[in-house]
Amino acid sequence: MRSRSVVRSLFAKPVTESPPRPPSASTEKRFPGSLQLRHVDAGSCNGCELEITSAFAPTYDAAQFGVRLVASPRHADGLLVTGVVTRNMSGPLRKTLEAVPNPRVVVACGDCAINGGIYSQGYGVESTLADVVQPDVVIPGCPPHPSAIVESLRGITER
Amino acid sequence: MGAADTSITAMGVVASLLQVAAIVIGGPLLLGLMAKVRARVEGRVGAPIHQPLLDLRKQMRKERIHAEHSSAVLIVVPFVFVSTAAVAGAIAPLVTTRPALATSADILVIVYLLLAGSVALALAGLDAGTAFGGMGSSRAMTIGALAEPALLLAVVAMSIQSGTSNVPAIVADTLNHPGWSASPQRLLSLGALIIVVVAETGRIPVDNPSTHLELTMIHEAMTLEYAGPELGLVSLGESMRLGLLLALTVNLFIPWGVAEQTGGLAIPLGLAVLIAKVAMLGVLISLFEVRSAKLRLFQVPELLAGAFVLAMLAIVAGLVTT
Repeated sequence: MRSRSVVRSLFAKPVTESPPRPPSASTEKRFPGSLQLRHVDAGSCNGCELEITSAFAPTYDAAQFGVRLVASPRHADGLLVTGVVTRNMSGPLRKTLEAVPNPRVVVACGDCAINGGIYSQGYGVESTLADVVQPDVVIPGCPPHPSAIVESLRGITER
Repeated sequence: MGAADTSITAMGVVASLLQVAAIVIGGPLLLGLMAKVRARVEGRVGAPIHQPLLDLRKQMRKERIHAEHSSAVLIVVPFVFVSTAAVAGAIAPLVTTRPALATSADILVIVYLLLAGSVALALAGLDAGTAFGGMGSSRAMTIGALAEPALLLAVVAMSIQSGTSNVPAIVADTLNHPGWSASPQRLLSLGALIIVVVAETGRIPVDNPSTHLELTMIHEAMTLEYAGPELGLVSLGESMRLGLLLALTVNLFIPWGVAEQTGGLAIPLGLAVLIAKVAMLGVLISLFEVRSAKLRLFQVPELLAGAFVLAMLAIVAGLVTT
């Protein structure tokens, strides 16, 4: 029974929603067709993480546009940063950024990464991402919708 | 019976170059196909089949960046890794049974060329001195040491029938004796060989190539410190080895379509049949992977012990029936 359902699902129509519009460039930096990102949680509430997971899940499937999350910053073309920069994470964030080979792109995902959001006055908060490195792409929202994440990433891969 | 003639013909060289080109381009495409099948079964659209080639092109254009305390090993290993796979691909009977240097394509040569690549990569894993790299190297060597005897025994079982350990000769003899493919020792060694290929190429259930969790990594842990062009070479080497091992496995058991001559249309036909056969096997493996979970690391030796037993039984069956 199970083996038949695997074969059947191979030929079934994908559940992925087709994106509403073609990609529009979101940055000067171009990675046509292939973009590997290292996700860094600099001090997030995990709301953005849920939406990032959704963006790579079957409904939105960011992988079809050539985007992939990788395990090592050395494998990556850039960082996908969520959350405010907390004291404990500011060092690791800088080191992770240094480990990414050039050319690299920095994506700020969510309001916290852009301007501190609701945590900007928090006692453990050191700065916003822009104080460490100027992000090339910003994805506003608290948390941003998965389709907004996918659309921003498509702007980098141009697909 | 026995090896083919020892002369190096011009067509043999052309065939060898074609085989190398086939695994250099076909390996990444095979990975892309397997990822596509997985995506479709999961209900996703999935990345295009040529995605691994796009990734390679991009990696080759990136900055070279090395870990602070790494040595020349980190720089040399990607070339060793790719070139051992390329040499093995040039002499193995993939498109034709008569590539250049076919007489030197002993099973020991092919197995140890690939093993030399594995050992090189394990050294690279140790080179940067990170915890995960060393852990990956240690795991890869553990699995490699268990997979190697099973692999050798499986091929020895096949060489009993044709009386030679020369791989092109084994494939050519199987073409002339179609019944051999269904003999007990062939089927038993096929089982052993498939387990070993899965272990050596780091696929599910032995390793999960798409994991992000360093603690569960085996092959990827060794490459964590690679970036840019060197990472591109290592990924290329990995996909070449996958393509080569699948092509070799499929040709040892279903050799039909492999060119016995190197003239005329035999080579293009052999290439087309090879692509079709390897793509089929890739889709089957991918469907199996979707349905199965990764084994616990401590259960992997039991799986490989199973492969060893299958190969041992294949030899017994071979000695009894011939």
